[in-house]
Amino acid sequence: MKRFLPILIFLAIGIAFAIALTRDPRKLESVIIDQPFPDFSLTELNDPNAMLTPELLKGQVSLINVFGSWCVSCNVEHPVLMDIAGNETIRMVGINWRDDRAKGQDWLAKRGDPYDVIIFDPESVLAIPLGVVGAPESFITDKTGRIRYKHSGVISSSEWTGTLKPLIKRLETEP
Amino acid sequence: MRYLLLFLMLMISPPAMAQEADIETRARKVSQSLRCVVCQNQSIDDSDAPLAADMRKLVRDRLKAGDSDAEVIAYMQERYGDYVLLKPPVQGNTYALWFLPFVLLIGGGVWFIRTGRRGEAS
Repeated sequence: MKRFLPILIFLAIGIAFAIALTRDPRKLESVIIDQPFPDFSLTELNDPNAMLTPELLKGQVSLINVFGSWCVSCNVEHPVLMDIAGNETIRMVGINWRDDRAKGQDWLAKRGDPYDVIIFDPESVLAIPLGVVGAPESFITDKTGRIRYKHSGVISSSEWTGTLKPLIKRLETEP
Repeated sequence: MRYLLLFLMLMISPPAMAQEADIETRARKVSQSLRCVVCQNQSIDDSDAPLAADMRKLVRDRLKAGDSDAEVIAYMQERYGDYVLLKPPVQGNTYALWFLPFVLLIGGGVWFIRTGRRGEAS
């Protein structure tokens, strides 16, 4: 038994490392779930004179999507968002992050605009309090404006039908 | 009159500049302890990533607004989790990380001495 002890210890460490390696270090634990949406006061992308605040999230469930004209993966996600906007009643809020106003508008003009309202955040004033790491990133808020779900990366159609849509339907039944 | 104005400016600016410099050194120190979340093993002070630049700006703005260094770090931790701290905090899920090396060192030392003695005896 004693002879095998070093090998057993080696195996235990090896297995622990093997399990740790399968975990994606980019998937950060989200500490902002169930927190109220961070306070902000930013302009609407298409209307520099319109100020937006967290008030806009009160009263209905929203899908909030962080995007930018510089973001390559956002091109991949865009058709899925267009599809959701065309077929669902969910309110879609865009956060145009670290972008140039004209470039952001142009990007949407070329591809179509799935958003009901777009928050323009060129200096991460809202992105940092939201804990945004990269784009695309999406959040779902409930009717009280509390963050209930965070999705990092591109939303695929299967993730939409399998996870996000059922959650939104459930949140819509909440008071 | 011009000299009076110059004199007044010289009188006023040093404390203001000292305060600016103080915020700057504190901002650097806080930034060095925060991880750039897009580059993983750099602090936001080291990183050229655009998000790191915005985070540095936010650190400075909060320090200027009167936050303590610890409050700024806590603010980031509330949003990005423990991951944003370059030095892992000593807490339940990191005890193994912090104390296992010492346990192994002491345990190994004890084992080495005990088996060594037995070898001598035989």
